[in-house]
Amino acid sequence: MTSEIHIQYFAILRDERGCSEETLSTEAKNAAELYEELQKEHGFRLSQQDLKVAINDEFTSWQTPLQTKDKVVFIPPVTGG
Amino acid sequence: MFSISSEKIMARNLQDSLNNPKAGALVTFEGWVRNLNEGKEVQFLEYEVYPALANKEGQRILEEAQEKFDILGLVCVHRSGGLKVGEMAVWVGVTSVHRGPAFEACQYIIDEVKARVPIWKKEHYVSGDSGWVECHHCAQHVH
Repeated sequence: MTSEIHIQYFAILRDERGCSEETLSTEAKNAAELYEELQKEHGFRLSQQDLKVAINDEFTSWQTPLQTKDKVVFIPPVTGG
Repeated sequence: MFSISSEKIMARNLQDSLNNPKAGALVTFEGWVRNLNEGKEVQFLEYEVYPALANKEGQRILEEAQEKFDILGLVCVHRSGGLKVGEMAVWVGVTSVHRGPAFEACQYIIDEVKARVPIWKKEHYVSGDSGWVECHHCAQHVH
């Protein structure tokens, strides 16, 4: 099943993707599959283990099923402070 | 109260907001932009923030500190945008009746903010290069 997902990119991922957000249709069932798909397409250097994921502005598990209109953010290692 | 600021941090105003006649101690921490990181000379840096989640996670950290330590008031502000060497990147202030809990809570807050809040630092070097700072400790940090 295809779902329509909104993705926001920050920091290194934004640089590597070349944009800060996009909406796309995907067959990915969860965030792990979505990242795998995007990593293949754009050559992101960070592996899934390096990242955390948020759906609709809340940290969540990589296995959470995606639903149409979800906003997904892949979170590179944070370096604030 | 946790917040992200795109403007210069006014420590004095934040400190005044913590005024409390019950407080016998105020512990503050200021994080400053330094001119050298891993041998490279830094000219300025940029903080990029994922605001919706940064505010939530920052607020959660303050709530945890409030539960863990016997403290009266607490504030944390983190900068976003461009900062020059010497500017303040983050301010934490905690008040308590006696100093012990304020010291502990202040340390807890800055450690957790650095490990958990979605903020990223890009350094611009005097050499003209720039790069996202890599996190060396996060692989060990378990949520």
